[in-house]
Formats: sequence, C-alpha cells, structure tokens
Amino acid sequence: MDFFDRFAVPHPSFLIYASMVGIGLTMLAIVVGITYFKKWGYLWREWITTVDHKRIGIMYLLTALLMLFRGGVDGIMMRYQLSMPENTFLDSQHYNEVFTTHGVVMILFMAMPFIIFFFNYLVPLQIGARDVAFPRLNALSFWLFFMGMGLFNLSFIIGGSPDAGWTSYFPLAGNEFSTSVGTNYYMIAIQIAGIGTLMTGINFITTILKMRAPGMTLMKMPMFTWSAFIANVIIVFAFPVLTVLLAMGTMDRLFGTNFFTTDNGGMDMLWANLFWVWGHPEVYILILPAFGLYSEIIPTFARRNLYGYKSMVASMVIISVLSFLVWAHHFFTMGQGPFANSIFSITTMAIAIPTGVKIFNWLFTLWKGKIEFTTPMLYSVLFIPLFTLGGVTGVMLAMSAADYQYHNTMFLVAHFHNVIIPGVVYAMLAGLTFYWPKIFGFMLNERLGKWTAWILSVGFVLAFIPMYITGLDGQARRMYTYSESTGFSLLNMVSFVGAAVMAIAFVLLVYNIYYSIRYSPRNIGSDPWDARSLEWATHTPVPEYNFAITPQVASTQAFWDSKKNGHELYKGDIEKIHMPNNSGLPFIMSCIFFVFGFALVFSIWPVVIVSLIGILACLAYRSFEKDHGRYISVEEIKETETRLRGAKK
Amino acid sequence: MKLKMKWILLTMVITISTVLTACEPLLVLDPKGPQAKTQADDIMLSIWLMLGIVIVVLAILVFVLLKYRASKQPKDYEPPHIEGSPIVEAICIGIPIIIVIFLSIVSVKSNYEVEATPVGYEDQEPLVIYASSSNWKWHFSYPEEDIETVNYLYIPEDRAIEFKLYSYGPITSFWIPQLGGQKYAMSDMITTLHLAADQPGEFMGRNANFSGAGFAENTFEVTAMSPAEYEEWVEEVHETASPLTEEKFEELLEPGHLGRSTYTGTHLEFAPPPEHDHGSANTDGEEDSDLEGHEEHDAHNAEEHSNH
Ligand code: HEM
Ligand SMILES: [Cu+2]
Ligand SMILES: [Cu+2]
Repeated sequence: MDFFDRFAVPHPSFLIYASMVGIGLTMLAIVVGITYFKKWGYLWREWITTVDHKRIGIMYLLTALLMLFRGGVDGIMMRYQLSMPENTFLDSQHYNEVFTTHGVVMILFMAMPFIIFFFNYLVPLQIGARDVAFPRLNALSFWLFFMGMGLFNLSFIIGGSPDAGWTSYFPLAGNEFSTSVGTNYYMIAIQIAGIGTLMTGINFITTILKMRAPGMTLMKMPMFTWSAFIANVIIVFAFPVLTVLLAMGTMDRLFGTNFFTTDNGGMDMLWANLFWVWGHPEVYILILPAFGLYSEIIPTFARRNLYGYKSMVASMVIISVLSFLVWAHHFFTMGQGPFANSIFSITTMAIAIPTGVKIFNWLFTLWKGKIEFTTPMLYSVLFIPLFTLGGVTGVMLAMSAADYQYHNTMFLVAHFHNVIIPGVVYAMLAGLTFYWPKIFGFMLNERLGKWTAWILSVGFVLAFIPMYITGLDGQARRMYTYSESTGFSLLNMVSFVGAAVMAIAFVLLVYNIYYSIRYSPRNIGSDPWDARSLEWATHTPVPEYNFAITPQVASTQAFWDSKKNGHELYKGDIEKIHMPNNSGLPFIMSCIFFVFGFALVFSIWPVVIVSLIGILACLAYRSFEKDHGRYISVEEIKETETRLRGAKK
Repeated sequence: MKLKMKWILLTMVITISTVLTACEPLLVLDPKGPQAKTQADDIMLSIWLMLGIVIVVLAILVFVLLKYRASKQPKDYEPPHIEGSPIVEAICIGIPIIIVIFLSIVSVKSNYEVEATPVGYEDQEPLVIYASSSNWKWHFSYPEEDIETVNYLYIPEDRAIEFKLYSYGPITSFWIPQLGGQKYAMSDMITTLHLAADQPGEFMGRNANFSGAGFAENTFEVTAMSPAEYEEWVEEVHETASPLTEEKFEELLEPGHLGRSTYTGTHLEFAPPPEHDHGSANTDGEEDSDLEGHEEHDAHNAEEHSNH
C-alpha cells in the first residue's frame, strides 16, 4: 500500500482531476485519430525516426507552443489567485506547485525548445549547409529533451508536482521539507532534458565552425548564426554545471547524501551558487538568439543593412563572458559582505553597456531606412522600448544596497518578465511569423498578426507594470495570498486583467494559424518578404538537401547581393548528395531514458537497473552499427528542383 | 493611429502609477530609518536616471519610425548601405559607461553603509537581537534584556539594532521594508543586519524568501517606541512572562502558525545559534572563500556578542 501511496497525488483537487481527465481524453483522441487515419507508419517514417534538421526543428516548435499554453495557463491561474485578497481559488500548496511548474515549464520547456527550433531550422540554412554536423545526435537531443519534458509534465498526474520554486533552493527542496516525489521529478526530468541540450550545444558549435558555405568567414556570418554560435558556446560551458548540480541534488534526495542539507556538513548556499552559475548564463542563452532574430528582422523591413555589424558581434561576445561573472547578484542578501556584493554589482551593471550598444545599433538601422510595419517588424519595434524598460530596471536591481529592498519581491518578477517577454517571447513570435512562409509555404495573416502584437502588448503592460509598484509596496513574490489591509488588491486586479488580455492574444495567434492554413494563398514564392540572408535563397518548401548546389558567399547578406548586386550564388553543376539515413534508435533510447527517469523518481530499483542496461545496450549497438547513409542521385535532384521551381509560380 | 494607441497607453500607466503613489506612499519609499532612507534615495535616484534613458530611447525610436516609414518616402528611395561610424559608436558606448560608473560608485558606497552601523548611530552600543525563523514563525531573542518574543518585535527608536539572523529550516529572509532591506537567515550560519528606526511607529515585517506552505503568513509586527517605553516593556515582561524552557521552545519549533507570545530568558542558552563553519566540521571551517566570502561573520561571530 505504501508503495502505491507514492503514486497518488498528495494534494488532489478538482482542477487536477479535471486536467487528468482532459489529458486522458486528448491522448485517447490522438491515438484513435492516428489509428483511424492509418498514420502510424507515416509518423514513424517521416517524423519519429527523422534526422532532418528541419523536421526536428518543427518538432521542437510544436513542443514549445504546447508548453507556452501550459505555462500560460499556470500564469493566469496565479494572477487570478492574486487578483483578490484572501482568494481561495488555489490553496498554498497548489499555488506553490503552480509557480514552480510555471517557472520550469516557461524557461526550460518553452523558451529553450523555441530557440532550439530556430537553431535547428535556421542555422544550417543560413550557413548554406545540408544538415547539422551530427544529424543522429541531433535527433537524440530532441528526443531526450522531449522525454524530459514529458516526465516533468507527468508529475502532476502521478505523485505530485515539485513545489520548491523553479530555483529549488535547498534545504526547502530536500527530503526533510519536500516530502513528495515532486522534487525528484524536477531533478531527473531537467537532467534528461539538459543532457539533450548540452549535446545540441556541441552539435551546433561544430556545425557552425565546420560546415559554413565557401566564402563565409566568421565575420560574414548572418547575425542570427552568430547569436546561435555564442549561445551554444554558453550552453557548453553552463550546462555541465547544471548536470553536476542536479546529480548532487538527486543524490541528496534519493541516496541520503548531504551536499545541501542542514546538517552533516551540507551547504545550502552551494546550491544557490551553482544554480545561478548555470542560471544566469541560461537567461543569455535565451536572449542572445532573440537578439539575433531581431537583427535579421529589423534590417529586412528597414530595407537596409544592419548598422554596426562588428560591434553587434563584439557586444555579444562581451555579454557571453560577463554572463558568467554576475551570478551572485541573485543573492546579494546572503550575507557575503559589501566587498563581494560590490564586485557583482559592478559586473552586472557592466552588461548594460554592450546591451545598450545593441539597442542603439537597432535604432541606427532604422535610421535612413524605408520602414515597413509588417507583423515581425511590429514586434521588433515594440520590443525596443519595452525591453529598454526591462533593462533599466535590471540596472536598478544591480545596485546591491537597493536590491536588499527589491529582492524576492514582485519588483523582481516584473523585471524579469519585462525582459523575457518583450525580449524572448516577442522575438519568437516575430521570428515565427517571419519564417512561417519559409517553413510552411504560406503566410500568416498580417491583420490578425498585428492585432495579436498590439493586444499582447497592452496585456503585457497591464499585467506587469503594476507589479513594480506592488513590489515597492512590500508584496513579496510567491505569496499565495495577502490580506485586504495590505492594499495590494487593486493593482493585482489590474494585473489579472492584463494577463487575461495576453491570453486573448495567444488565442488569436492560434486562430491566425488556423485561419491562414485555410485561407492564405500558397503561391508566395520562396522570398515573400524580400529578405537578405541565405536561408531565403533556397526553395519553399525547403528540399531535404537544402541547397542543390552549395552557395558561394561574399558578404554578410549574400542573398541580397545576389538579388541587387548580381552576385552569383550557385556556381558549378549539380552533383549527387550524401545524406544520413533515418534511425529509430534515438527515439527508442530516449524512451528507455524516460522509463529510467520514472523509475528513479520513485526509486523502483529493478527497473532502474534494467533500463540502465537498456541504455548501454543502445549505445553498444550504435557503436557497432554500420550505416554509411545514402546518396540522392543527380536525376532525383534535378527532378525535385524543376518541381519546386514550378511550385513557386 | 497605432502610435496614438501607444501614447494613450503610456499616459494611462503613468497616471495610474502617480495617482497610486500619491495617495499612499509605497512602503519601500516611505523609510522610517537611516538604512531604508539610503536605499530609498538610491532607488529614487536610479528611477529618475533610468526614466531619462527610457525617454531618450523612446524619443529616438518614435522619431526614426515617423521619419523613415515607407509610406512617407518616394517610391524609388533606396536606403543607403552604412557600415557604422566609430564616432557615433563611441558616443553610444561612452554615455552608458559614464552612467554605469556613476551608479557603481553610488551602489558600492551605499552597500558599505547598509552593511555597517547606521550613520549617526556609531557612538552607541547597538542593541543585539537574535532573529531566528522556524516553519513559519519568527523567534526574537534579546540576550541583553534576557527576553524572547515570538512573531513580534519591540525596539527602541533612535538606537542602532544589530540583528543576528539564522533559521531552523529552509532559507528565509528577514525583511522590514520601512527600516531597511532584507537579509537571508540560514540554518548553518549567522548573518548580520543593521537597522534603526528614527521615529516611533508600527511596521510590517515578514519573511521574503519562499519557505514552503506557510510562507505567505510568515509575518511579524514591529513596534518602535521611545527608549522609556521600551524599558517599561522590558520591566513588564520580566514581571509577567513565564520563562522559556527547552521543552517549550521545542514545542514552538513545530511547523505551523502561532500568534504572539513572550518569555523571559532566551533559547540561546540551551540552543546556541549556528557557528559559521559551513558545516565542514572536520576540515578547516573558516577557509571557505572559494565561492562566497562571508567576511563579516568572522568579524562579528556569536561569541563576540554573548557578553553584551
Ligand atoms: C504569459 C504571461 C505570463 C504570466 C501572466 C506570468 C505570471 C507569473 C507570475 C504571477 C509569477 C509569480 C509567481 C509568484 O512569485 O508568486 C511568475 C513567475 C515566473 N515566471 Fe511568469 N508569467 C508569464 C510568462 C512567463 C514567461 C514567458 C516566462 C519565461 C520564459 C516566465 C517565467 C517565470 C519564472 C521563471 C517565474 C518564477 C517562478 C518561481 O518563482 O519559481 N513567465 N509568472
Ligand atoms: Cu542573473
Ligand atoms: Cu556562509
């Protein structure tokens, strides 16, 4: 009985039961649907076993969108709970689970896959490559990430969600104070997903260094590729810290070690330090690619080259270095003394300088341009003032003495949403709208797109600006309720209304996708925005091999030069192309990882051992496997090219 | 049309926030002691400076968007290719550098200030109060007065207070916004927070760091009063309160919420606060400067104050 008790949700409520039924029915509907339409074979051949970077990218995108809604619902629930004093919609336990899952889901299972979607889809196209350096590893990265995501989301149906915050500070997250398996899920699910991300980092560094088209020197790479390169370098330096940290945390929880406990020599501050040694660079892993996307979109619609290319690159390099030197600004109040605080205060403020350079470069890119307000551009120009606001409040937080007053308050919550929503979420929506025609062959509706951007922005301002004020009025973050006498209620109600307005914007986004699938014209050619870099130089839809002939590059905006300055991109004849074969192994191995993770969460040791053997067997099998890929013949390529050129008209 | 919307929005937000700030001052910006005053001054200074930056960026943005939008330009206008200009970029780096240097100086200076006995109170011996948290309560021990209270705090005005913070459980953060910023209370070390109230009054105090299910109600009340009243209160406690026994204290530590209570004697005698050794009992405990340099604990450790 005791054994089965652990699988039960410790604090079930109507909401949880309802979601269980909902999830169950959706799953059933999907399975029945796929079976009814006989799509299992198609799914297996074309998607599950694929090693094509474009398809893997699309799978990341779908996961990210799904998680955006999951995390968004959590956000709304929190805002609703706080909209009135002494609200009883959620009790404290549920609120704690909700903000913990919201934080984890949004950062790790929404924002991360979203940027990895862009890495996957765009980087090979932007550098004129056929695929990533290690296509199979790429599939494994995705499936590990996916299984980590799945495991994490399983927590609230089986065994209970983690409830110690996304930062999961010990000793609160230790067995003594978090008794359910929730935090086990946190440790293990993030670990599995994190290994996938670390491999992605290695893969893309190699891809960018080794597989650029002839003529594309480092200083001729498109800005998004630069940002992806730097973000992946940060991944490779930061994620091992997370791996070790989670391993130590897991051992504390499962094997009774005392790395972070309150006695036997545990150091709770060590968790905080290591967490943020990873955590702070993590936010730059998210924001730099977003900057990259803006640097693609703004020049396109200002109809001008990006101003200050070199300083854009330099600022990203400087930011990447500084991002590792600021972690202690997350705990100025831990009693490390004014000297240490001063150092971290100064390094943190220093990041504002290269960031400011980027803002000014975007502004100067608009200068003397011929600006068109398309949807992606609208997001980009809304981003500039909103992100500046978030950035300057970051500088305010960096003043260590003042941070003693902001720390752990709604002011901080307002600040990081103020950078992460206009910074990352807007960039993703802008990038999605921008690249949608390249990926799917039709445009999203512009009118609906602009409405979405405006509604989202109104909602955003209403939802988050009030938090700055309540923070200064003493509202701590993570409080599930407050009393009437605090006087927080009016602003929190405004905030809830704002969150609801944002929800409308996201629904409109979905409607736009639905509407455009049905009504958008399909004859848009391969360059509907009159864009500038190499990814637009191939057909839409992009053929499996990306480019029939490897392009020759002479500037940062190769495609633009080929359109306006008569630069010849494709020299030479079509030759047969070598491509990797699909493989089911990454998926199978990741499934075993899922079982392994699940068994670890509940300490079911026999299953742990068996699945571990299974993982090793997969690795062994792979190392003896002989698979040299296959060739696409010249005739086949020519046929595809003619067909695609026809499709263009 | 679209730009108008942005302006309407902006004015809306600004009016809402000014109206709200006008009718009742925000706690953090309504300081009642020197440390909170330093912090509030820094906050206001940075708000004005940062507002300036936001306005400049917004102004440039609106200007270029209006001037260079496609609909305003001749059909055949071809935007020029501009690589960048060293002079312009030097200005764009130079001004932020100056701002950051200025703010760094302010920040460092203030940080040393709030980490020391409040300015103007250096000549007197600070009142030492041990504040320890347990799920989800606050225990205040006054070794000098030989008193302990739960969930409320009486302090004399115009007297420097030195809080010694630690925790019987998760990390918590001791925060009285109107007297000064917060600091963590942890189970394996003592941190020190210097505060003072320069006028009598009632202030909100709370744990600001999430510590589990009872976190939201993990609050306490602070009353600052004249030294005479404070003395009176101490007298009264000694006459009326019962002594804090070890069993009673163990009982108080049980997780849950409690109202206020008062005792004579403190728990420091039978449950001494954690020494700062980061738990590395069998190695050289004080050599932990690799990740964090908690210099200050070495200077003021528990021993030093036990003879006040
Ligand atoms: C869609 C609108 C969103 C709403 C309404 C929203 C709302 C909230 C609220 C109310 C909290 C504070 C919880 C508390 O301290 O009590 C919170 C925390 C948080 N949010 Fe959001 N959020 C949104 C979007 C996002 C996005 C896009 C991200 C990241 C990509 C994000 C990341 C976080 C993180 C990391 C936390 C901290 C969680 C913790 O304290 O452990 N949020 N959010
Ligand atoms: Cu940080
Ligand atoms: Cu310490």
